[in-house]
Amino acid sequence: MSNDKPRLLEMKNIQKDFFGNQVLTDINLSVDEGEVVGLVGENGAGKSTLMRILFGADMIRETGGYGGDVVLEGKTVRFSSPFDAIAAGIGMVHQEFSLIPGFTTTENILLNREPTKKSVVHDIFGPRMNTLNRSEMDERAANAIEMMGVSVDRKMYINEMPVGHKQFTEIARELSKDQLKLLILDEPTAVLTEKEAEALLASIRGMSERGIAVIFITHRLQEILSVCDKVVVMRDGRVVSEKAAKDTNVAEITRQMVGRSVETSSAAPHDEEAEKERKTILKVDRLWVDMPGEIVRDVSFEVKEGEILGIGGLAGQGKLGIPNGIMGLYQAGGTVTFEGKQIPLNSPRQCLDSSFAFVSEDRRGVGLLLEESLEWNIAFPAMQIQNRFLRNYLGGLIKWRDEKAIKEITDKYIDELAIKCTSSKQKAKELSGGNQQKVCLAKAFALNPRLLFVSEPTRGIDVGAKALVLEALKKFNRESGVTIVVVSSELEELRQSCDRIAIVSGGRIAGILPASASVEDLGTLMLSQVI
Amino acid sequence: MGEKTDIKKEKGWFGRLVEDFGLPRLIITLFLILLLILAPIVGADFPSQITNIIARFSWNGILVLAMVPMVHSGCGLNFGLPLGIISGLLGATISIELGFTGALSFLMAILIATPFALIFGCGYGWLLNKIKGGEMMIATYVGFSSVSFMCMMWLVLPYKSPNMVWGLAGKGLRTTISLEGYYSQTLAKFLQIRIGNFVIPTGSLLFFALLAFLMWAFLHTKTGTAMTAVGSNPTFARAAGINIDRIRLLSVVMSTWLAAIGILVYEQGFGFVQLYMAPFYMALPAVSAILIGGASVNKASITNVIIGTILFQGIVTMTPTVMNNMIHMDMSEVIRIIASNGMILYALTRKTEGAK
Repeated sequence: MSNDKPRLLEMKNIQKDFFGNQVLTDINLSVDEGEVVGLVGENGAGKSTLMRILFGADMIRETGGYGGDVVLEGKTVRFSSPFDAIAAGIGMVHQEFSLIPGFTTTENILLNREPTKKSVVHDIFGPRMNTLNRSEMDERAANAIEMMGVSVDRKMYINEMPVGHKQFTEIARELSKDQLKLLILDEPTAVLTEKEAEALLASIRGMSERGIAVIFITHRLQEILSVCDKVVVMRDGRVVSEKAAKDTNVAEITRQMVGRSVETSSAAPHDEEAEKERKTILKVDRLWVDMPGEIVRDVSFEVKEGEILGIGGLAGQGKLGIPNGIMGLYQAGGTVTFEGKQIPLNSPRQCLDSSFAFVSEDRRGVGLLLEESLEWNIAFPAMQIQNRFLRNYLGGLIKWRDEKAIKEITDKYIDELAIKCTSSKQKAKELSGGNQQKVCLAKAFALNPRLLFVSEPTRGIDVGAKALVLEALKKFNRESGVTIVVVSSELEELRQSCDRIAIVSGGRIAGILPASASVEDLGTLMLSQVI
Repeated sequence: MGEKTDIKKEKGWFGRLVEDFGLPRLIITLFLILLLILAPIVGADFPSQITNIIARFSWNGILVLAMVPMVHSGCGLNFGLPLGIISGLLGATISIELGFTGALSFLMAILIATPFALIFGCGYGWLLNKIKGGEMMIATYVGFSSVSFMCMMWLVLPYKSPNMVWGLAGKGLRTTISLEGYYSQTLAKFLQIRIGNFVIPTGSLLFFALLAFLMWAFLHTKTGTAMTAVGSNPTFARAAGINIDRIRLLSVVMSTWLAAIGILVYEQGFGFVQLYMAPFYMALPAVSAILIGGASVNKASITNVIIGTILFQGIVTMTPTVMNNMIHMDMSEVIRIIASNGMILYALTRKTEGAK
């Protein structure tokens, strides 16, 4: 840059890998004073990691630092903690609130930076014993709130506030810092109502006029277009496009976000005739699920016998809530009919008895007995639900574990799924992520289910294992004729392995398309009802 | 966990031994061996020392065994053991009150204690299901309060047997009741082996072996497997269609019942029924014994029970003899308290490691 004044922020050739897994490659990003930059990308595109590097998060340093330079006002900086970043004039508002519920707005805004009055004990005990200057606090909080151009009650307690006001309080806290030059907003509108979101957008424009630069991360593309000067699209750890907001549109951004090399991916040919002949095996009607962070509002769909149905969507839109709700792991309502029989909700046992099986997205939390052997992990559900791998004594009074049968079935699946382990007695926690996932699949296969729910089957596992896991699912579907519902955030994966794809957005089904549908169409659905 | 195995490889044989066996357990074993070597040197009678250890093992084994089910179901260590002990004491006193004598009084004590243990166990288990995550703290207070409540009850309940009530008042139970003529040594005398000073209470050991075998067998059944799984990962168990609360309740009832039986076996060996504050002091030695045996807050085996009881009771019996002979001062109580409380502290600090 040959400008006489250096740019506010430049990130040059940023690289970051987590234990050999490259998540950011050659990122270049620049922000001028007062500029509003929109940062968009699918989940896992690297937006958060990039912002963490900028904000000096501990987690970056702990995982081996990053490559490239962050240049702030012409000086190369390398923050070792968020405190350094704050001192340098960077503020960040996270998705989760960090406010103290029992304190008022003012107190939260100025927490630990309160203006004080000298108290009588100051000379003896030092400045920590000063009293708070309430009137000045009030004034400064009022200023910060005014900068946003919204009205928030300064005396209200945080726990009594609507969500939107909490968000404003967070932002006001950042604004009240005199040195603030750059504010990072990570999905600030996700929890806001439409009206509140509009007010927030207005306040972003206001900040920009005052010379504060804003990096704005959101999934709501309309917001980006209406407020940002520049839109940066990230995909797979790279910046794929950087354009002035007025030169682009929602369709283009969507395509850039999800569109990988569209030609190379092979979707299963869609046969309309065969589709019609298949009978409906599972009917879900007006399902709601109260799963924190993945709320399902009103979902209805049908699954045909023998198909693989994919459920896709952005994180937090409710796709994970669907299998978890049907399987009774979270409070749910609505009707689920399987082969004409209604399945009672909120009872895992009833679902399992109706020969459903579920591979949870939470491998370590729900999917595995980490402390136990592979044998236990694989055979346990089948033993408890279907009384298999048991020998009966005294006319069934004593149900003894049949170690030999358990070993046999475990060895069979170790062989079939190529699980890398020392023996069937190895503890589950000692396996790698990909192999643990295979154990989870083996556990579900061992139940001989009629209907299998698989949630995020490839999350956190490497590319080779991904292919194996998807192949195993397809094989299981073909050879055993099992109907499978796959929930995944990776659209490409769904397009490769499913017959049809349902897209969830805002806790509702935005549409169901054949897997051969274009990435653009699916992407548009994904963003259609984002809340 | 990859890093851990690497560290393991780098260490020598001693490091591996410490890793596998646990440092405190190693120290206690070495200390016990030292005591056993010292005993003949300072002039203590060696065979009677061994007899002592075996006898005390036979008294305490079942109380330690009572820890196993609750550890397996993830309810942690049963600090509420006094509740089960009280069921046992009710069985013992009612059996004597009803006039049973000899071996029959022992059998009747077990039969009478059982319904109490089941009822108390159900209530206790119900309570523990309400406060998942804080079981051990609540268990401690259940133990405390049940002991205090029974302190009043022992005085108020209408016991009449002259062998048990205070001589002058003619009512209220004594603190210590002799079992002479009732079931003192009932099990111990069965098939007893006696070689000079060396005595093996075969019956007591067999009775312990029977219960330990039943526990081992139970853990190999479908329900036992479910119990271990509930302790290992409750969410996994729930996703596999298991009623977690029911399994936990079962484990608490089993533990309470074993505690009731355990105290009866303890009494038959010791020869006395101890009431009032006595149950209060039974939980900690049992907890620390199983921990010394190598159990953790969520993993315990029958081997842990046996090794732990021998080590713990070995220290308790050997220290006073050796110490008295060496320095003419009784240090046993001090050592016992340090060993038992230290062990519990150690185990609780290691709780997160190896946990879910």
